[in-house]
Amino acid sequence: MANTIKMRAKLSGDVTTVKVLISHPMETGQRKDKKTGKKIPAHFIQEVVCTHNGKPVLTANWGPAISKNPYLSFKFKGGAKGDTVSLRWVDNKGQSDSREIKIA
Amino acid sequence: MNIDIKRRTLLKGTVAAGVIGMAAGAGLVTPRMVLAAWPKSAFDATSVDDAVKALFGSSELTGSDKISIKAPDIAENGAVVPVTVSVNGIDGVESISILAEKNANPLTSNFVLADGALPYVATRIKMGKTSSVIAVVKAGGKLYSTGKEVKVTIGGCGG
Repeated sequence: MANTIKMRAKLSGDVTTVKVLISHPMETGQRKDKKTGKKIPAHFIQEVVCTHNGKPVLTANWGPAISKNPYLSFKFKGGAKGDTVSLRWVDNKGQSDSREIKIA
Repeated sequence: MNIDIKRRTLLKGTVAAGVIGMAAGAGLVTPRMVLAAWPKSAFDATSVDDAVKALFGSSELTGSDKISIKAPDIAENGAVVPVTVSVNGIDGVESISILAEKNANPLTSNFVLADGALPYVATRIKMGKTSSVIAVVKAGGKLYSTGKEVKVTIGGCGG
């Protein structure tokens, strides 16, 4: 999967606020295909790792109960304008995507 | 297997290296970016108690008014319930977990904070029906929690 991550990081004082929107079905595995009646297999992001200048700042373990097209926001201290913030997600099928931005 | 030891110690309660090695071998995760195996038993647990015990080894929770949960009183759409958890006044917060008490599997997410991360997370969760949204905060070796009731008009788990 590619280009699934929209991300912004804004500095205010000493706090950088990161807002992320990921395109992903986050299928629980409980939904039934209306045509076949079979359950649509679970397909959801399991792990999200966010780094600041290469150092992990937040790691999230997700289950299928995170909403489709997941939204995430978190904050950290010690960032400066132009620093690199990156995010990578991995799902239960082994698919992944990542994105790198600069703090504005 | 060359996982950076410092990165592994950042995450408290990680799973043994063998599991990561197995997952890496299966091509599921790359050691560089994934620090711990996915806590399956916690996500599969069917009660808040079991989920917390699977995650932390204990289900002893201390109620705290220093944890704030911002979530709608009434969620029109149970498939997308915005939840923000923030902590004010507890030092050394290591992780924040969000559970929906009456979901078939209550644990929705676990956020592990590294140095510099503030105790604040916002996301959106699915709720099957009206229930408490519970935040569990691990700090200084203790587990704190608080809950907020969210009424759900249309359940969002698809089951």
